[in-house]
Amino acid sequence: MGESEETICVSKQPKGRSLWADGIRRLRRRKLAMISFVIIVAYFSLAGFIYVAELLDWEVSPTLWAKQTGDSYQPPSSENIFGTDIFGQSVFRKTLYGTKISMTVALCASFISIFIGVPLGAIAGFFRGFVDEIIVWVYSTLSSIPYILLILAFAIVLRDKTLFGYKLTGITAVYLAIGLTSWVGICRLIRGEVIKHKEREYVLAARSYGCSERRIIFRHLIPNVFHLVIIDFSLRFVAFIHAEVILSFLGLGEANRPSWGAMINDARIELSRGVWWQMAAATVAIFFISLTLNIFGDALRDSLDPKLRIQ
Amino acid sequence: MTTYIIRRLVYTIPIVFGVLLLTFVLFTLVGGDISIEIAGKNATPETIEEIREEYGLNKPLFLSWDSQFINHFESALTFSFGRSRDRELVIDKIKRGVGPSLALTVPMFFGVLVISVSLSLFVAFVRGSVWDVLAVVICVAGMSIPYLSFILFGQYFFAYKWGLFPVFFSPGLTTAQYVALPVLIGIAAGIGGNLRFYRTVMLDEMRSDYVRTAFAKGLSPRRVLFKHVLKNAMIPIITRVVLAIPFLFLGSLLLERFFGIPGLGYLMVEAIGSRDYFVINAMTYISAILFVIFNLITDICYSFADPRVSLG
Repeated sequence: MGESEETICVSKQPKGRSLWADGIRRLRRRKLAMISFVIIVAYFSLAGFIYVAELLDWEVSPTLWAKQTGDSYQPPSSENIFGTDIFGQSVFRKTLYGTKISMTVALCASFISIFIGVPLGAIAGFFRGFVDEIIVWVYSTLSSIPYILLILAFAIVLRDKTLFGYKLTGITAVYLAIGLTSWVGICRLIRGEVIKHKEREYVLAARSYGCSERRIIFRHLIPNVFHLVIIDFSLRFVAFIHAEVILSFLGLGEANRPSWGAMINDARIELSRGVWWQMAAATVAIFFISLTLNIFGDALRDSLDPKLRIQ
Repeated sequence: MTTYIIRRLVYTIPIVFGVLLLTFVLFTLVGGDISIEIAGKNATPETIEEIREEYGLNKPLFLSWDSQFINHFESALTFSFGRSRDRELVIDKIKRGVGPSLALTVPMFFGVLVISVSLSLFVAFVRGSVWDVLAVVICVAGMSIPYLSFILFGQYFFAYKWGLFPVFFSPGLTTAQYVALPVLIGIAAGIGGNLRFYRTVMLDEMRSDYVRTAFAKGLSPRRVLFKHVLKNAMIPIITRVVLAIPFLFLGSLLLERFFGIPGLGYLMVEAIGSRDYFVINAMTYISAILFVIFNLITDICYSFADPRVSLG
């Protein structure tokens, strides 16, 4: 009797779950977070779809933003659901097209800052000493300049410059400016975590069977702290989208194609004439992506790392 | 204490050096020679040469006592940034802009601080209730609305449509008149993120053992909140407050732009429009210096707020 019970117990023992599987399981239980996730995916799909459509010359609504669909400044109607702008272009189509610009900037900026911040943070935390001091000096310098001023300084200088034979026009300069200035936070976070993780047994084990230091950093340490990167960026993404809007608004962004920031800039003059729809469309578009990213990022943080605090 | 301050001051030297190096790389190496741009389209080679002479753009970059590299450091350390593109001394422009900027940002900052700290205490007190959930929802929604939308809609409705405030700055207005609406908009836009931050701080404190002890020995909730929780939450609050002060000098780029307030934010927007590197360079440097100084002050403040922190 006792023996059979024991075997039942053993067979019932749950399979071990990885951090990711456990996190996803917890995340699934949150309805609001899942709804947010669907909306975020929709924004990204739209941006991806516009890329494909432009590449293949499909004549679909967002790629035809330049076409005139009515008279100048038509209020929202069944024909143009968000009305028209000064040139009679559909505000709805411009808003859709703006998704592509915003998503591209935020995604590229994220990749740039992850590619700079994560390895630098890991190297600084792992080797300490002189290397650490240099890296800490670099990011302390960057973080002593107010963020918005730093982005502006980079954006204005990089604009219309040629880098490796490639001209930095419009959004390229914008995401370079955001990416090159935003790696500080993640670098600091990863450095701190790596300093803690370095003393753990798994690193000792890796050392003892002769892993190279490069392998320990890139195959052992970084994967073990990478969930922090995901959490950090789900929340930072919102800041990138808002930064793009502000840069476009100040005239440092995409000049020839519609973006949310440029739409708000147009609206500055239009509002006094009672033309509110362009402003409203851009605000709504930014609001939903920010809201869903905020909700999803919070849920992600709670699911993957309940101990982590809001910075 | 004195040794600590001196040591910290020594630590700031590499940071200041780093900032100067960065601005040199950005504005001189990457930014390049902008004399042709300054001279305008129909300039003769002589005019361009004169401009290059005046701004020192014809000097060698490195490797000379009179190089651009050395001059960059010299001008920054003596706070003489030369003339901006409209021939006015950059430092004069900055001095003129500080007043209006502070008139805007200081009331805004303290408004946000007082409202969000007191609301966060209240929310921490009623945590888990409908009010708490409502506060979080409003915060997240408020954080998701772009800043520009706050400004534009605020200006449109309160000033333009309902005429409660002046739409733009004009020299005849008193300070209180022209900053009132921007300050209110800034507070409305800033509360979301701040309340959420302070709520987390307060809730973290509420979970500590000393709070349970205080409640267990029968103290009133008000006493626990104000005597115990608020005191212990001072460290994160001080950090945030002191480190925000350098930003107050910068003014508000967007608010000043919309309301035409002649502060430092407006100066920056103008400089961006005319690609005036000299002004942006000076602003970057000055704000970094302020940041470094206030960082030092934060560390000293810690020792007053928390006796466990010792400055050895």
